[in-house]
This record gives sequence, structure tokens and C-alpha cells, in this order.
Amino acid sequence: MDTNKIIVKEVSGTVLPLKGNDIDTDRIIPARFLRSITFEGLGEQVFCDERFDQAGNPLDHPFNHESYRGAKILVVNQNFGCGSSREHAPQAIMRFGIEAIIGESFAEIFAGNCTSLGIPVLTASIAEIEALQAHAQENPSEEFVVDISHPHITYGARTIALQINDAAKQALLNGTWDSLETLLQERQNIAATAAKLPYISSFPYPQSTG
Amino acid sequence: MSNNLFNRVWDLHKVSSLSETMDQLFIGLHLVHEVTSPQAFQALRERNLSVLYPERTIATVDHIVPTQDQRIRPFADSMAEQMLAAIEINSQEFGVQFFGLGSESQGIVHIVGPENGITQPGMTIACGDSHTSTHGAFGAIAFGIGTSQVRDVLASQTLALERLKVRKIEVSGSRSSGVYAKDIILKIIAELGVMGGIGYAYEYTGEAIASLSMEERMTICNMSIEGGARIGYVNPDQTTIDYLRGRPFSPEGAAFDKAVKFWQDIASDERSTYDDIYQFDINSLGPMVTWGITPGQAISVEDTLPIVSETSESEREVAKKAYEHMGFSEGQKLLGTPIDVAFIGSCTNGRISDLQEVADVVKGRKIASTVTGLVVPGSQKVKKEAEARGLDRIFTEAGFQWRDAGCSMCLAMNPDKLTGRQLCASSSNRNFIGRQGAPKGRTLLMSPAMVAAAALSGAIADVREII
Ligand code: SF4
Repeated sequence: MDTNKIIVKEVSGTVLPLKGNDIDTDRIIPARFLRSITFEGLGEQVFCDERFDQAGNPLDHPFNHESYRGAKILVVNQNFGCGSSREHAPQAIMRFGIEAIIGESFAEIFAGNCTSLGIPVLTASIAEIEALQAHAQENPSEEFVVDISHPHITYGARTIALQINDAAKQALLNGTWDSLETLLQERQNIAATAAKLPYISSFPYPQSTG
Repeated sequence: MSNNLFNRVWDLHKVSSLSETMDQLFIGLHLVHEVTSPQAFQALRERNLSVLYPERTIATVDHIVPTQDQRIRPFADSMAEQMLAAIEINSQEFGVQFFGLGSESQGIVHIVGPENGITQPGMTIACGDSHTSTHGAFGAIAFGIGTSQVRDVLASQTLALERLKVRKIEVSGSRSSGVYAKDIILKIIAELGVMGGIGYAYEYTGEAIASLSMEERMTICNMSIEGGARIGYVNPDQTTIDYLRGRPFSPEGAAFDKAVKFWQDIASDERSTYDDIYQFDINSLGPMVTWGITPGQAISVEDTLPIVSETSESEREVAKKAYEHMGFSEGQKLLGTPIDVAFIGSCTNGRISDLQEVADVVKGRKIASTVTGLVVPGSQKVKKEAEARGLDRIFTEAGFQWRDAGCSMCLAMNPDKLTGRQLCASSSNRNFIGRQGAPKGRTLLMSPAMVAAAALSGAIADVREII
């Protein structure tokens, strides 16, 4: 999987509005689906306990609505993705087909995980998010365009300015959101930093432990 | 003007500036467990990379292990078996020390690090787990990461990160009997909110923190993430030094003295500056209990539940959702609410002092016949020590089940789960919908002693009345 150097400048598609504050990662992907050594299959399991009843029958949930099928932009409210560090959460959302997330605010680890996967996470004010969600509800087949370099979203004649973390923006636009290559270029500095850490150079872990 | 511990540790570990806001940071200790690592090891294989600092990497298995008949392989759950096999193979192939089942050091990753002296002040510590903040109790900068970052640390021992702001949380006063570290952190989260810490590292300080044991400090730092803060820490002091002396991974002799000097120098001092300060007094603090679906929805046990229309506008929607899920009514008391399950354990409250507190409450008493009680030690070492003290007998005589070490019903990735709409009094850290394994299951977070009190009376009770 060489995902490096894929530049993310723009995402266009329909919008899936998902309302609610503090939607945590246990709701996004319940822990029992983490019992796997790959990320495969997570796309079908996203929000499983809210989308299906105990017998597996679909419930009324935005991720089940026919009208939002194929949506690429998820619009959420406050503190989305709080809870665990599980990358399974953004993986599940991404594998469901979402390519960008816009919300009022996000939990930090979740937002960082999204950037690592090349998913832009952008924010707007409460009023703007609510207007966006309402518009998408009424016009589920309308195309929206999210621009990353001058962060904004356009739909019809309307444009809403968005905010994005600067470092995340640079990483997406430069195609360096998969940070590993960049980090590995600093091998000499890594060794030099390690060598000056007292707990490595002057009182390391005893050899015989374990 | 002087730096605080957070910034001192950061500067010491900075490898390079990646952009105006992004630094490359060396990670002094990488802890690995079976849930968030298999895809990361696989990515290394695909890119033909090795683990750069295997001696700074330690793995264990905790989330998926059964707590009954733990050593019988293969596990009944074939998916759990596959995950255990994967971390066994990965740690062997990549040369990483692994505390597997059968090792006397196996246990919840955030309990294993501290109790072995692996976690030390002034380190940067990362783990694919949000409760890595626990290790901050030692004055380390410790935080949770996702699987792509686990891959980055394995391959480069570094991460691309933005520096956080630091909020000093100064806690004054002293605890009354029946009030524990868990109550302090639940109160802080209730006050500052579940988003209050976003963008911040929390430095816990003040007389009330200084008087806490290391294990109590771990409980507080553990739940920083529930308040939105990815990092929480306490400056190293004599309590820290005394705790670390003589642990298996602690330095010895002259090396220990050098370490102490470094630990003392790295701590914040009176001249340290902060981005924000929050002060808070615990003289009147009582036992806290959560009633909703976020750890911020907590009240003092004698209080009544909030009236939705009286809460702030941003809280209303979640409050409504919480009432819907929990089945409680606005304005009611939690005291006397019958519970079905009592769970003692987790990286928040699964250490020996937690088990001792529970034993002190339940000794010579019986839990209600309507309650299923589970005591799950956080590690093999905690288990061994508890048995040496005879706590296991106190628990089983009281009607609790005494289990093997692991995460267990904290997130129910193993066979320990709630069923249906069961209500669980839990010493863990998250009351999210579905967290304990049943989509409609319900969780009330509280201190271990409060869980014990609830187990004895079969309903939410005030532990102060029985100790
Ligand atoms: S005990 Fe719970 S919170 Fe702690 S590491 Fe295990 S699952 Fe996570």
C-alpha cells in the first residue's frame, strides 16, 4: 500500500449530514469490530449499533438513507470522534466512502488520525454547520465542493469559509499526509536526539530485564 | 519566566521542525498492544522496514484476553486468537520484548509500564491507546496515537506533532473520607467539560495532588483524555522517586542518582509559566457518579439529576440523548437505583491500592444476590500481590468473581460483557453507549469504593455511610 504523495486539494460530492454532539468512537465503530488484524470490512460496520437493531434490521439512520448513498462529505456537530485513539473509526468512515469531514469541532486524536489517512477535517461555526446540514437534508443529491487550499465549501451560489489546521492543510496539499517518508529522512537527527537523552545515554533500562 | 515540564520535555525530544507548527518528536518509549498494532507491523513489512529502536518498544496483550481460563489456547474466540497470534509473531519477528500470556509481567499496558519502572519521568511515551495519558503521573509526556502513527513510531521512533498549550490545574484542600482520586478527576471533567482540554496538556498540581500516591495520580492522569486533554501530567517529586526505586526497569545504584537529578531538573518550578490556570478546591467534594453517556455527565452522589432546560444550550442535545439511553428522569436521585453488575478493574482503577480499597469496604460482608460482581486485576503482578494479601478470598467470600488480568468489561472485547439493558456500576473510564459490550447496556462510572458500596446494597449507595 504505497499511499504516499497523493495530493488532496479538493473533495466534491454529495453531503451526508449526521447530527449530534460528542459522537464517540465506540459509537462510530463498536469495540467488537476491532477484533481483527486488518481494517477490512469496517465500512459496512460503521455506526453498526445505531444503524441496525439486534436482529440486524436497518433502523432510521442517516448512514442508511438511500438518498445519501454515495455521499463523500460528512457534516457533523461538536466534539466528533471523542473517546479512544482507534484509527478504526476514521478507517470505517473512509471505507464507507467518505472523503472529507466538516464539523463544529473534533477530538484531537481523531482529527490527527483522519489527516494520516488523507481525509481533510474542516470546521465552521455552529450556525453555518446547521445551515449546511439543513440544506443537504432538503437537497440530498446536490453536489458540494470542498476546497482545501483556500478552505471553503460551495453549493449552488453559496460559499462558506472553513477552517483547517495549518499543518494538516500543508500535509494534504503537499501529499505528505502519510508522514513516514518525511520522518525517515531525518535518520541522523533522530540518532543524535536519542544520544543526548539522559535516560538512553546515562541511565538506560538494565539489560537483563524481562 | 521559565518553561514548564511539558515544554522542557518537548524541547529535549525535538528532532526537527517539519513546518511552522509541526515538530518531529523522538519517542522515548513506545508501548504496543494487540488491537492497534497488527496493521502497523504489516505496513512495515510492506515497506520493507524494521523497528528502529526495538529496545525502546515493549508489547503486551490486554484488550482481548479472556479473564477465565486465560492460558487455554487456542482461545474460544478465533478472532481474539488470531490477534494474540499476530502480536506474538510480530514481536518475535521485529525483536520487540513481549509480555505475553504466561509472562509474570503481562497486563493492561498502562499498568504494566508503571509497575515495572518502564515509565519514567521526563520521557516521551506513545501508545496506540488514548489512556496513555496515565503515564503522565510520573512527569512523562505520554499520549495516545492512531495506527498510522504506531507505524511511524515503529519505523522511525518519531512522530509529526504540534505542540500543545499547557493548562495548570491547581487542586487545593484535602479529601474527606470516602472521597478518592476518581472523584477528583470526575469533578474536573464535569467542571471543564469533555471538550475543555482540547489543544491542552493538563498539569495537575497543588497540595491535594502532592498528597496523592502514585497510583492515585495515575487514576487522575488516566482520565485526562475524557476531558479532551490528550496529555495530563504531575511533576515528579519524592513520591515518584520512592515509587520507582527498585522496580525491574529502574536504574540502580549510581545510575539511579543520576536519574533522580534529571527527574528533579525536568519538573516545573515556581517560575514556570502556563497558557491557562484553573484552580479548584476539594474540601467539600463528595463521591461522584456519572449518570449519562459522557464522562462529563457526573453529579455528586447525593444530588439530583439535571433538568435539561436548565443546562447550557450546548449540553442539552446530549443530555436528552443520555436520558433516552439511560431511562432516568430529570430531577430524580441516583441513590437507591438498583444495579445489575458491579465491575472493578481497568487501567483507571485496576491497581493494587484500588483492590485494597474495595476489600476494605466489602470485607466480611456480602454483595446483593441481584448483582453480578467482577473483580479483574489490572496485571499479573497486581493479581499476585492481591492473592498474597488474601484479597481474593475477601472478594470471593463477599460474592465477587475473582478473575485473571486484562481490560475485561471496560470495553468488552473479550467474553466479559453486559447483556440487554443491564446497569453497571463501574470503576472504568467510559460510559459511552455500548461501551461495555451491549448496545443498550448502561454504565455508571464511580470510584472502586463506590462500586463496592453499590454491590453490597444492590443499588447506588453513598460509600461514606458504610465505611
Ligand atoms: S482498561 Fe479499558 S481504557 Fe484501559 S486500556 Fe484497557 S480497554 Fe482501554
